[in-house]
Amino acid sequence: MDSLILRTAARLIMPLQLAFSVLLLIRGHNEPGGGFIGGLVAACGIALHGIAFGIPAARRLLRVTPQRLTGIGLFLAALSGVPGLVLGQPFMTGLWGGSVPTLIAGQLKFGTPLLFDVGVYLVVAGIAVHLVFTMAEDQ
Amino acid sequence: MLTVLITIFVLAAAGPLLHRVLRGATGWALALPVIVITGWFASLVPAVSGGEVIMESRPWVPALDLDLAFRVDGWSLLFLLLIAGIGALILIYAGGYLHGHRHEGRFFGFLLLFMGSMLGLVAADNLIVMFIFWELTSFSSYLLIGFNHEDKKSRAAALQALLVTGGGGLALLAGIILIGQAGGTFSFSALLESPDVLRGHALYLPILLLVLAGAFTKSAQVPFHFWLPGAMAAPTPVSAYLHSATMVKAGIFLLGRFYPLLGGTGVWHTVVTGVGAATMLTGALLALPQTDLKRLLAYSTVSGLGILTMLLGIGTALAVKAAAVFLIVHSLYKGALFMVAGAVDHEAGTRDVRALSGLCKVMPITAMAAGAAALSMIGFPPLLGFIGKELLYEANLAAPFAAPYYTAAAVGANILMVAVAIMVGYRPFHGPAQLPAKPLHEPSPALWLGPLVLAALAVVAGLFPSLVDRPLVSAAVSAIRATETTVELKLWHGPNLVLLLSVITVLAGMVVYRLRGRLRTLAAQIAPLARFGPECAYELGLRALTAVADRQTRWLQHGYLRGYVLTVLGVATVLAAFALVRFGPVPLWIGFEDVRAHEIAIGVLILSAALVAANARSRIAAVVALGVVGYSVALVYGLYGAPDLAVTQILVETLTLVLFVLVVVHLPQFSALSTPRRRRWDAVMAGGAGLVITLLVLKALHVDSGERVSQYYAENALRAQGRNVVNVILVDFRALDTLGELAVLSVAAIGVFALLRLRPGPRKEDR
Repeated sequence: MDSLILRTAARLIMPLQLAFSVLLLIRGHNEPGGGFIGGLVAACGIALHGIAFGIPAARRLLRVTPQRLTGIGLFLAALSGVPGLVLGQPFMTGLWGGSVPTLIAGQLKFGTPLLFDVGVYLVVAGIAVHLVFTMAEDQ
Repeated sequence: MLTVLITIFVLAAAGPLLHRVLRGATGWALALPVIVITGWFASLVPAVSGGEVIMESRPWVPALDLDLAFRVDGWSLLFLLLIAGIGALILIYAGGYLHGHRHEGRFFGFLLLFMGSMLGLVAADNLIVMFIFWELTSFSSYLLIGFNHEDKKSRAAALQALLVTGGGGLALLAGIILIGQAGGTFSFSALLESPDVLRGHALYLPILLLVLAGAFTKSAQVPFHFWLPGAMAAPTPVSAYLHSATMVKAGIFLLGRFYPLLGGTGVWHTVVTGVGAATMLTGALLALPQTDLKRLLAYSTVSGLGILTMLLGIGTALAVKAAAVFLIVHSLYKGALFMVAGAVDHEAGTRDVRALSGLCKVMPITAMAAGAAALSMIGFPPLLGFIGKELLYEANLAAPFAAPYYTAAAVGANILMVAVAIMVGYRPFHGPAQLPAKPLHEPSPALWLGPLVLAALAVVAGLFPSLVDRPLVSAAVSAIRATETTVELKLWHGPNLVLLLSVITVLAGMVVYRLRGRLRTLAAQIAPLARFGPECAYELGLRALTAVADRQTRWLQHGYLRGYVLTVLGVATVLAAFALVRFGPVPLWIGFEDVRAHEIAIGVLILSAALVAANARSRIAAVVALGVVGYSVALVYGLYGAPDLAVTQILVETLTLVLFVLVVVHLPQFSALSTPRRRRWDAVMAGGAGLVITLLVLKALHVDSGERVSQYYAENALRAQGRNVVNVILVDFRALDTLGELAVLSVAAIGVFALLRLRPGPRKEDR
């Protein structure tokens, strides 16, 4: 697809989408949002870039393959269960640490559920992007 | 014990890596820890032979009465020593045999995995744990037998072994579950405290038959004997290990293990002894006409296993003693002879006994080991094999039932075994040296060390039977008979009937050996009879199974998307309707008093969009109309206070739309393929599904399931540091579920990739 309007719009919107997806991710524990939604928004951003500039450009933008994104996400999600085990509690026990203030998402608390949510984010984004790429490249 | 198992499994995992570093020395290096483990087992001998039973237990799944419990008594210890000891020698041997093989490292991994499984199997106290190890041996032996996986025959043999022993494994599992129900526990030690419970139970017969099915398939008893010779497709180190001390002896172990619980009854005697005797004769008869060294040994293994089964079936103290001794004898000579066969094959390039002769001049050490092992197999004094054979005859003569028949069968089988032993251990090494195609020489030490050590052990144990009787055999017999028994072995019993039988056996065996040529011709003439053998039943069964699977796949996976959708929709509708009927009448009127105008508007929007989608004349129009449905549903979610759901729905809808458009581009021109009649049928199905779902929703409004889990979540979400209950449920309360879903999603993504990218057909060269 070759459209100047789409390209210009995509150039502006895509970074916003990615930033918004991260915002959704980190505020998800208290407000509507979360890793699943965040991941989908991120995937939409990448897909938009792919439609505007072509899939090879989107792949270059992503730097890693979507499969790897998925793998890393799955690994992080599984990893977030381990601290509980180490402390002698059941696998996946939620453990919370300190928090830092953020400008727009309020207090950001660190803990294993957040790590888990990051994993969800990466898996969902990876799979959605993977699907879009595969379908779009399929000739 | 657990430490030992973990060590071996870790070594198995590290095998391929170690091989990358150590190359040729891997076999020796891996043998070291195994030798240490053997040493540790040996250090347990004094305690165990003193009547002690070493227990070790660690909770695993306490809720299911499942502990990682281990029990080392005399019978297990005997096996532990054989498995680890011979295993160490096999590791060294494999290092020499497979030297330079492309997958040598992987082989060590498989071998150690198998070793660990066997050790776990014989040491397990919890029957479920034992079963898990039992299955692990089937699984790892599959990898070992099919090691040359590029060879079709290898793969078929591996599959055959897996299916036969795996089928038996299922029977064993059923038997174990019944034991658990009848005895109230899966702990072998606990069952042993009231040993008569199972024998007197109404389920005794099914339990016995199921357990026996497991043991007989694993130990290649008639009519399941055919997988064992087939498994000769494996590399020789595997054959030497699986068929001497391990895999096939697992069934024997099981018989001994369960003897105190299930043995000694009339059925046990009849079935076990009968099958054992039949196997002993079948194996011996089938061995004779073979010309391949490994097949000769394979059938003689079948015969040896038959002897062991028969002895355990007889079950007198004498018979059990004979079984324990013969177990050692057989493991030693069979391991040695297999390794010799492999060494000969490795050096001379053939295993055909007709083509081999005069090798003792070029490989004297191997010849010596082969000779000693064969003498033990023949039962020649002063080797341990002689003691074993004397005991066998003695036990048969003293059997409480049908003694003359069993004795005659044993003598007959042993005569044939003598002939086989001469063919394997004597024939290739003596006689005129043939002109070799290449200069022959003694194989590397790795290849002769194993057979030499095993053969030497057979000699030493024969000369000094006190080395094995009290420490090993007494404890093993005590464990099987569940009574304290002291065994003393002697080489010389004085001139008696048993000795006479031994002499007859050896002499007659030599005569048979002389007549071998004529017997082979005879065997070739009756070979077509094999068409009625159990192996053909296996082949037919396998073919029928794949044929049924083929039909059924074609019938279910017809490739029409509308068919799939119809099936899914129809089944879901029927199931939901069934549930509705069960839950009683549905209130049909809920009142529309508080319905607001915008809600009606959304409803109209959804309905009309759906109608447009169903009647669209182009794909894009249909996709867009479906998108309208999706967004409107998201609107409903938003209106009723589920913002997370609404956002998710919108995003998913957007992505789906994008994907649809990407796919639609590649599809051919839209055309109405359905006949009007079909479309009417589709409408009926869709209407039915919609009706049932509507009723379901109406019903759901009026069902009070009592306790509300949402209350709990809402109250505890803040304790989990979050105000967004939906997200807290996803990432904290039910995080394990989410993790599972993530994994499923990832696998699905791989599936999509495979479906779209990996198409059959000519591949491009550049990929």
